[in-house]
Amino acid sequence: MKLTGSDIFIECLRKEKVEVLFGYPGGVVIPIFDKLYDAKDIRFVLTRHEQGAAHAADGYARATGKTGVCLATSGPGATNLVTGIATAYMDSIPMVAFTGQVPMSLIGTDAFQEADITGITRPITKHNFLISDTSKMVDIISEAFYIASTGRPGPVLVDLPKDVSTGMIDFEWPEKPSIPKGYKVVKYADPSVIKNAADAIKASKKPYIYTGGGIIISGAGKELVTFAERINAPVTTTLMGLGGFPGSHPLWVGMPGMHGTYTANMAFTDCDLVIAIGARFDDRVTGKIEGFAPNAKIIHIDTDPAAIAKNVKVDIAVVGDAKAILEQLLEVVKKRDRNGWNDYIDEMKTSHPVTYDKKSGTIKPQYVVEQIYEATKGDAIITTEVGQNQMWASLFYTYDKPRRFISSGGLGTMGYGFPAAIGAQMGKPDAIVFDIAGDGSIQMNIQEMATAVEQKLPVNIAILNNKFLGMVRQWQELFYGKRYSSTNIELQPDFVKLAEAYGAHGIRVDKPENVRSAIEEAISIKGPVILDFIVDREENVWPMVAPGAALSEVMEGLF
Amino acid sequence: MRHIISVIVENKFGVLARVSGLFSSRGYNIDSLTVGETNDPEVSRMTIVVKGDDSILDQVMKQLNKLVDVIEVVDLPREQSVRRELCLIKVNCNSGTRTEILEIANVFRAKTIHIGHTSLIIQITGTEEKINGFINLMEPFKILEVARTGVAAMQRESKEQ
Ligand SMILES: Cc1ncc(C[n+]2csc(CCOP(=O)(O)OP(=O)(O)O)c2C)c(N)n1
Repeated sequence: MKLTGSDIFIECLRKEKVEVLFGYPGGVVIPIFDKLYDAKDIRFVLTRHEQGAAHAADGYARATGKTGVCLATSGPGATNLVTGIATAYMDSIPMVAFTGQVPMSLIGTDAFQEADITGITRPITKHNFLISDTSKMVDIISEAFYIASTGRPGPVLVDLPKDVSTGMIDFEWPEKPSIPKGYKVVKYADPSVIKNAADAIKASKKPYIYTGGGIIISGAGKELVTFAERINAPVTTTLMGLGGFPGSHPLWVGMPGMHGTYTANMAFTDCDLVIAIGARFDDRVTGKIEGFAPNAKIIHIDTDPAAIAKNVKVDIAVVGDAKAILEQLLEVVKKRDRNGWNDYIDEMKTSHPVTYDKKSGTIKPQYVVEQIYEATKGDAIITTEVGQNQMWASLFYTYDKPRRFISSGGLGTMGYGFPAAIGAQMGKPDAIVFDIAGDGSIQMNIQEMATAVEQKLPVNIAILNNKFLGMVRQWQELFYGKRYSSTNIELQPDFVKLAEAYGAHGIRVDKPENVRSAIEEAISIKGPVILDFIVDREENVWPMVAPGAALSEVMEGLF
Repeated sequence: MRHIISVIVENKFGVLARVSGLFSSRGYNIDSLTVGETNDPEVSRMTIVVKGDDSILDQVMKQLNKLVDVIEVVDLPREQSVRRELCLIKVNCNSGTRTEILEIANVFRAKTIHIGHTSLIIQITGTEEKINGFINLMEPFKILEVARTGVAAMQRESKEQ
């Protein structure tokens, strides 16, 4: 059968069961868009900026567990994807990004709209490809999806020169999908390593389980609960791991790190064993490394050998898939009874709750998040922007299930939450989706409102509007003598009118008593809604471990 | 510590940039890097000489292993591996110094591959130490140019045999 590269491209998407593709057209990808025009089984979502397409593909992937796919033209289209690709890379999100490229014969000539996108994205992709020949398309695309979604997932970029997508070849499916030679994924660990880990757990009087996004990626939630209950160890989950262990479980102590709970941070300081599963000891989690878990042995379970012992010294390294390793551990680990350690932790949880000033008479951002929690019965998909909004969304909403909290953890990308909400809603049409946003961040990808309206997506944006770049202002208040350099953003659009200008709904809320009803109204509206909550301007995020301080120096607000 | 790392890679577009990028993005300076096909034309071997902090190197090796195009990474132990380098040296000469240079070259089993009126090109192979020694001895005659290939190395005995 004679087919063009673009036909083959579409067939490859079908073979990978791609149901939705986010992107933006341009010169060198017109042949592909011409084929997409007829491919009614693949939903194409036209975003209004390529960054929006990348984040939407990422949000779709996080909400569904499937691989997100985006497509952009060469040059500026490709470079506009970069922040989205880097965001997905830092958080190990399966994504395949396709970019158009100038014809092979023009590569390297500074041709119109040429950018060396494989060079640019080399350090922020798990792998990338330039397809130099139409005959290589099938193998490369199937390898791209395989690499993106297996092991420690990550974004893979595939660059498609125009002559490759227009080239015509005799086409036949290969008998077996191509698998790259040097690519290896380890699932189970050697029994001797498992035994070492089990021995350390047995010997521990004060074990502490520290989990991250790896639990969610590998779908190890059930095994984790069984394991934690078996050894009666308190559990902390990082920002990336929220929902990987039920937030309402009595063993859960909250999130650790810079804005983690008092208990989660003190538990690191006091425990004698850290069992890290699918978490990478990020500096925002560990605080000053010298003061981190000073009395503990560390077991580090991770699918990525390069993540182990990267930031801290590890006593027992276990390479493998989180779920598989937990299964192995559950075969050998014996029950551990509660002891004084558990009482100590429970007492800390009661005496140091995460809270805020509830008597101010003004709208507190934390209150808004709590009300969203109650109105959605804790079952919404929450995406976040970056800054204080992100921290409040993680501290004041309880996540009992995985894939409900979607946030740019590693890169901390402002402007992520809204397009990610669009992607999440595409993947989970029946879910209630809220982007908990700051007034600064939301302006970074607000153009996607047109996408949300066009696709008729009932996404809700809850702006915690403090008219500041709040998180930076908080640092300036605490560490720079309140010198608010370039963080006052009082000059802002009327967000209600802005929503209306796009054909969406806007609701402004400036009284605490209207918060709940506004949230419920937003949920009942079929299309996208902006909720503009006018909150206390100088509210701070507590608890906080100052940059460079040890976790034991965690500061709490005074209420 | 100085290390010689052997990296077996798929002979694909961009692989050299990927490998060298891992070193440069960590501020790790590569002393030498050689690359060439193996007996299988789809597979190349890179030999990389680096020095620096062992824990960073350990991290770089793990990252190298993670690259999709990398098939194998080995930190070659000094005692159990052979290392060779080739070097071309163009050195100034005149009728007075020519014989002396050729005699030294002879002792080092180096080959003279070009003799001109005012210069000679000598080819020498061996360990880096040997080549460094030879270059030192040529210094007084005025070296015009040096081209070194960088070290190629392999383990004396293969593991699975
Ligand atoms: C793209 C990008 N630029 C800059 C930053 C640095 N930054 C982190 S938080 C923050 C302030 C965010 O302000 P806003 O969105 O209003 O949220 P708030 O903290 O007030 O909730 C800034 C500027 C960032 N994370 N991302």
